[in-house]
Amino acid sequence: MISAFLFRGLAGRIAWVAAAIALIGILVPLSNLFLTPEHALYVPDYIVSLFGKYLTYALLALTLDLVWGYCGILSLGHGAFFALGGYAMGMYLMRQIGSRGVYGDPILPDFMVFLNWKELPWYWYGFDQFWFAALMVLAVPGLLAFVFGWFAFRSRVTGVYLSIITQAMTYALLLAFFRNDMGFGGNNGLTDFKDILGYTLQEPSTRAGLFAAAAFALCLALIISSAIVRSKFGKVLLATRDAESRARFLGYRVEHVKLFVFTLSAMMAGIAGALYVPLVGIINPGEFAPANSIEVVIWTAVGGRGTLIGPIVGAITVNLGKSWFTAQFPEYWLFVLGGLFVAVTLFMPRGILGTLSDATGKLKSLGSGKATALVQDPADASELRKEGEAS
Amino acid sequence: MTEETNQMTSALLYLDDVSVSFDGFKAINGLSLTIEKGEMRAIIGPNGAGKTTMMDIITGKTRPDTGDVLFEGKMDLTQHDETEIAQAGIGRKFQKPTVFESQTVRENLELALAGNRGVWASLFYRESEEEAAKIASILETVRLTHRANELASDLSHGQKQWLEIGMLLAQDPKLLLVDEPVAGMTDAETVETAKLLREISKTHSVIVVEHDMGFIRDLGVKVTVLAEGAVLAEGSLDHVSAHPDVIESYLGR
Repeated sequence: MISAFLFRGLAGRIAWVAAAIALIGILVPLSNLFLTPEHALYVPDYIVSLFGKYLTYALLALTLDLVWGYCGILSLGHGAFFALGGYAMGMYLMRQIGSRGVYGDPILPDFMVFLNWKELPWYWYGFDQFWFAALMVLAVPGLLAFVFGWFAFRSRVTGVYLSIITQAMTYALLLAFFRNDMGFGGNNGLTDFKDILGYTLQEPSTRAGLFAAAAFALCLALIISSAIVRSKFGKVLLATRDAESRARFLGYRVEHVKLFVFTLSAMMAGIAGALYVPLVGIINPGEFAPANSIEVVIWTAVGGRGTLIGPIVGAITVNLGKSWFTAQFPEYWLFVLGGLFVAVTLFMPRGILGTLSDATGKLKSLGSGKATALVQDPADASELRKEGEAS
Repeated sequence: MTEETNQMTSALLYLDDVSVSFDGFKAINGLSLTIEKGEMRAIIGPNGAGKTTMMDIITGKTRPDTGDVLFEGKMDLTQHDETEIAQAGIGRKFQKPTVFESQTVRENLELALAGNRGVWASLFYRESEEEAAKIASILETVRLTHRANELASDLSHGQKQWLEIGMLLAQDPKLLLVDEPVAGMTDAETVETAKLLREISKTHSVIVVEHDMGFIRDLGVKVTVLAEGAVLAEGSLDHVSAHPDVIESYLGR
């Protein structure tokens, strides 16, 4: 049943994009590890790390699209789920350091020794096991989203009010994680990681493996999301987004619909964070900053929301721009980002992907003489529709 | 959630002495109304008479301050929310046509089609041949077969009204609440809609709220006149239009 369900996700354009991501996930690490630096197709180490990071951003944007583009829940706190997944992974990596820390304590991470703590806090138990950390990567963001959503959706908080409380949620976590006595390293966060599953993090082969893992996670998340939006549940999601009370009067339990998709999205965001942390080598409370969550919204809007592929394109494009800009004109980047959001909202409300498919749609209809001729194959029809829904 | 009241009435829908006020304004004031199984009832009344508020109460959107609202003699509608009431078998068409604009006509009907509404059930849902046939027949009934794969937003106003009636048919409720089904329709469409509703009323109980007197006459059913949140008169259209209070309430304004 599950495989049949996933197979349905592989329809149309999604199949090509998923295949392309999988191919990148295989070829880039291979090129990095087995080609010599002189080779034309060689991918240098820093590119592997940089694009690995972009892939985790793309995954984060995809999870936001699932709730925002398809269910109308504009979460301005998705960065919190990403950061929580990252912290869970960071705690595992911290405990892997063992006695190799500056203070050489076999159990306590350096910052605890520095704070003169004698014992490991109870919530750090279990994080020496990878399976436990992996479980927490899903469970912690999932549980937060479930509890948060349970109260918010049951009380029928929607629209801008919901956005504001998601923003407040991530801000509250930011303040909490800044505190030293929370036991998560305070201001400095968690860093100085040594290895993951026994592989040294500084090794190019570990980096390449992490890149492949990020590509695989993105590919799988894309297929799962696509299967969801193509199922009848996907239609219920759109129904909830477009006419919530109508969906209620048809007998749908709207709060359960939202709760399911919000929790699932938060868990996938947690995975993105968990992959991000070993790639960049640090996690600190800054990841909870409200501005980070808003940036995710911008990536999604730029790429085209309600398309699944758009947010991936948007996250990578905007971050490429960011990398270039912050190197060339560091002081202007925030203006550019803000300007980009305004420009996209005004001139490309359907984002890069929506605008592109509008253009190809027009070309095709010019060729065939009339617009309705486009809708031949049901798969194509639903494809066109998905794009229409974004507007 | 709540203990169901014992069977008190054989009526499908039973409202007794229902009142609700908003900020001191009594929108519904001691309203009593009974709809029998298989009955079609027309409800008329001047603006502000409480027609839409009455529908809100029946469908669980508004909770009355006092009074009893029973469905099938045992379900206390004041204790349930919109979803539960819809699942119990009360369907509603809004005054302003409300369809899922970004989805096709056919998808709108699929969403409305009776069946398990749960998250898992919808995730792994596969349409059966029976269900496909039912959708095809509803498309035929509401005359939208040729537009089945177009977006609902591309339909004309009258077609949206019909799609929403089609969604009610797909939902297959025991009781249909239809709010102003012919608002904004051409005369020809109005006649067709009356025909359609008469057809539906053969197998369902229906409450129609409408302003259009010609349309009510076409329906040829018992009429309830509401004014200031209570029943003013009840009977055949000729009977109620001869009623002095009704003349007063309509012409006095």
